[in-house]
Amino acid sequence: MKHTISVLVENHAGVLARVAGLFARRGFNIDSLAVGVTDDEKVSRITIVADGSAYTLEQIEKQLNKLIDVIKVKTLHNDTAVTRELVLIKVSCTPKQRAELISIAEIAKGKISDISTNSMTIELSDSKQNLDNFEELLRPYGIKEVVRTGTIAMQKGEATVRV
Amino acid sequence: MTVAKAMTECLAAEGITTVFGYPGAAICPFYDELENTDIRHILVRHEVNGGHAASGYARITGKPAVAIATSGPGALNLITAIATAYMDSVPMVVITGQVNSDQIGRDVFQEADITGSAEPFVKHSYLLKRPEDTAEVFKRAFYIAGTGRRGPVLIDVPFDVQKAEIDFEYPETVDIRSYRPSSTGNGNQIKRAAAAIAASKKPLILAGGGLFTGNAVELMRKFAEHTDIPVVSTMMGLGAMPTNSPLFYGMLGMHGCKAANNAVNTCDTLILLGARVGDRAIATMKQRDDLTVIHVDIDPAEIGKNLDVDIPIVGDLTLVLGQLLEAVSGGADRSEWKNKLDSFREDKPVEPAPAGYVNPKQFIRTLDKYLPDDAVVVADVGQNQIWTAANITLNGGRFLTSGGMGTMGYSLPAAIGAKLAAPSREVVAVCGDGSFQMQMMELATAVQHNVPVKVIVMRNNYLGMVRELQERAYDNRLTAVSLDGSPCFTKLADAYGIQNELVDSPDKMDAAIQQLISSDRPYLIEAAVEEYEKTIL
Repeated sequence: MKHTISVLVENHAGVLARVAGLFARRGFNIDSLAVGVTDDEKVSRITIVADGSAYTLEQIEKQLNKLIDVIKVKTLHNDTAVTRELVLIKVSCTPKQRAELISIAEIAKGKISDISTNSMTIELSDSKQNLDNFEELLRPYGIKEVVRTGTIAMQKGEATVRV
Repeated sequence: MTVAKAMTECLAAEGITTVFGYPGAAICPFYDELENTDIRHILVRHEVNGGHAASGYARITGKPAVAIATSGPGALNLITAIATAYMDSVPMVVITGQVNSDQIGRDVFQEADITGSAEPFVKHSYLLKRPEDTAEVFKRAFYIAGTGRRGPVLIDVPFDVQKAEIDFEYPETVDIRSYRPSSTGNGNQIKRAAAAIAASKKPLILAGGGLFTGNAVELMRKFAEHTDIPVVSTMMGLGAMPTNSPLFYGMLGMHGCKAANNAVNTCDTLILLGARVGDRAIATMKQRDDLTVIHVDIDPAEIGKNLDVDIPIVGDLTLVLGQLLEAVSGGADRSEWKNKLDSFREDKPVEPAPAGYVNPKQFIRTLDKYLPDDAVVVADVGQNQIWTAANITLNGGRFLTSGGMGTMGYSLPAAIGAKLAAPSREVVAVCGDGSFQMQMMELATAVQHNVPVKVIVMRNNYLGMVRELQERAYDNRLTAVSLDGSPCFTKLADAYGIQNELVDSPDKMDAAIQQLISSDRPYLIEAAVEEYEKTIL
């Protein structure tokens, strides 16, 4: 089962290595990982999507909490959190296909970020599932390159994960 | 002052009087300043043993002890000792030299990423990059190592940083927002535990090594006596309950005794106190639905990790035991339960050894007969460890061993550390001829620094425990377990100027052991053990 874990850490050099190393040596599989500073520049947020049983999730949370640089650990549930990934997709696009691809991008609420004679780069931010669907939609045109970020997530409503 | 000088000031401020280490170029600025202090430096003969000696020292004082090494190979040699301390929750601050800051990452001479390499085995680590952080980093390192679940903390200090000039003031307090180590147990869980204990007909305490690191040994005894609950122990918890207490039923596990293992498989409520119950400890434990498990530990990650738990209590053992003492009333009649446990007790007679040998169990029992009550016995790893654990009595004494990691070569350096921590106590290292040859260079340390530790080498010319495994699981194909080629250990002791004796018959045992204990200098006994002697009889 997939779990989305929001981890607040001290914004020091080496903290990401400690967190990633912990996952590796304890045998926890990471599906995706996204790191960024929070509104407090001394604090970074690492959002991890990991795969494992309830036992594994409990161990992940406890072991993360043992790291001195980890300030807070919170597992977010998909039905009560907004989750987003960002993707940049470069597709083959002849001048004739431009209108067609632009309308696909518009329907999906994507944005055209770059255009060249025979390619188009579309950016889209959405849930992982919607990005997967979008990618499939573009596949017949010939995908040249896909760049995706890890998932970031935030709880719905007024709940927050902060120091 | 220089950072090197400030480092020595930090150690002094933490009350450090003895450190263990091995110098090298990258740590020389610090060593140069160490010479100007009253701190005693014990030069070991291999860095790993500096770590083990600090471990032995810390386990006796209960406070973080210090091990030092240079950069690169020196630091890397310490890793096994760091990991050994980590597994057994021993408080330790490890200081390593590092190459110049601007050379880090260029693979220069004696460079190793020690904070990276040691990461899986440290409670925390610092690469001291900014000279002005020195005092804060040391304050935090000692605080982290010596509180909560104890463990090793590493401070890696580049050569140029050691020479940098700083204004020094040691902080009086420390506050780490993401680290809140000490806590009382959740009141609700305490109530549930008290109710479960009150309802229990056959409760049992499982005492672990956390009782020692958490300074909760006395409280645990008080709790056991107040509630009249029988006690068994993990290997790390040996000595928490006196062997001669009628409530004590021995060590459980793969190499444990029948009474303890039967107790664990018969009880209806099991109260784990500072025991993480490693796989060897619960190897003989049957999974049952009718068992209520109460687990008290300062580290929430240990609760539910190896054993399913019904009532988890996270907290400081002293605080939680205080809460439990208030919540659980005494006066329950446990005679039926204790009678049943008493029926499991057995006193196995010792088989006489063939001519030219001593029976190792009889040897340990004889050693035990003459040792003072407060003696410290350090067992190594292998058959010698089990022979010692099973036959030593602990009524005020301590039993130290590498329980979690099972690190061979632990006993002599740890004994040297323990003896320096408690000079008035008798300290004996018991090892096999395999483990002895991993640490025998430390005889020189004992001689150079006049540390009167006593060493028993159980010589059976085999890596006995591995040999037994091969007999059992590999169709008796013995592979790489013969120790042919070993030196004469008494002659080796002679070479170090250490008094010694070969004990190869039972009638020599008493006098030799008395001689060993009465000596005020290092002393070595080589005990001749029959080659195919079994771990358990």
